[in-house]
Amino acid sequence: MHSPTTPDEGSDPPPPTTMDAWRVLVRGASVIGILFVFSFWSAKGYNRGWSQNQVPVKNIDPVTEIEFTTYKKRFIPGLDYLAGGTALGLALFGATFLRRRSHNPSSS
Amino acid sequence: MSAIPTTLRSIAFAGFTIVSAIASPKTFDLQDPKGVNAIQFKLDSILEPIAGTAGAITGTVTFDPAAIEATNGKVSAAAASIVVPNAKMNEHLLGASWVDAAKHPEISFAFTSLTDVKSAGANKWTATAAGQFSLKGVTKEITVPVSLTYLEGQFGTRLNKPELGGDLLVVRGEFSVARGDYGIKPGESEDKVAPVIQLTFALVGGAPKS
Repeated sequence: MHSPTTPDEGSDPPPPTTMDAWRVLVRGASVIGILFVFSFWSAKGYNRGWSQNQVPVKNIDPVTEIEFTTYKKRFIPGLDYLAGGTALGLALFGATFLRRRSHNPSSS
Repeated sequence: MSAIPTTLRSIAFAGFTIVSAIASPKTFDLQDPKGVNAIQFKLDSILEPIAGTAGAITGTVTFDPAAIEATNGKVSAAAASIVVPNAKMNEHLLGASWVDAAKHPEISFAFTSLTDVKSAGANKWTATAAGQFSLKGVTKEITVPVSLTYLEGQFGTRLNKPELGGDLLVVRGEFSVARGDYGIKPGESEDKVAPVIQLTFALVGGAPKS
């Protein structure tokens, strides 16, 4: 038989099973996120420079033989994207190891 | 009797006109209808060099194939036309601490003559242009090694309208400036961005047949 819930009981941390499921979910999402960031970066050509919002394209004018550059709108992720995405994923993953401080009125 | 001197006078006048037309300097407009003209720049930096272009080129070069030393002109690039592949970096470059495109909208180089002129083949020359380079409101005297290629009768051909006639002049060059000399973060962040900016240009000017 369940006893009625008091306000003190309401502020208690959730049962261990609920907390574990939340942690597993976030850890999984972090790993998937990191893998996605790495896959996207590698699929776009392993750019080891800065991310590019527009890509320079070299052209040659046939009469003057001048080489000139035009820009094509395209996102090419760079090392900053890889580092940022990985750091965010690791931070989320690490956050799941932080324990919520238990609130126990009897200890005060 | 008087018909012969009149004919001679006419021939002499026609000859003088032709010689004048050939020998007179031509003004080449650097505002290229095909949009090829640009100044490329490069600064060494961490991760990779910062490389981009400044388009929107305007200006003129006055050139006479019979007097290369007398070549003079002014080339200007709109500061706001600076483009690098990274949007955030582009924003920084146009900002007040870098080129400050809002306050100083023009980057220019003006020269009044050429020195050390040497032939480099048919209608090709190398030379040194001494003039004033302006960036971010600061103007300094610099010398730029240039090469010139005169493409006679190619103006119309390039535009797929050979009937237009006219000539082209291609000017190429490469030089470098210290960014600190032009008020661009003097002495700052030199471990991240090189203090020297390398500039390369290849410009074509057109002189339609007059």
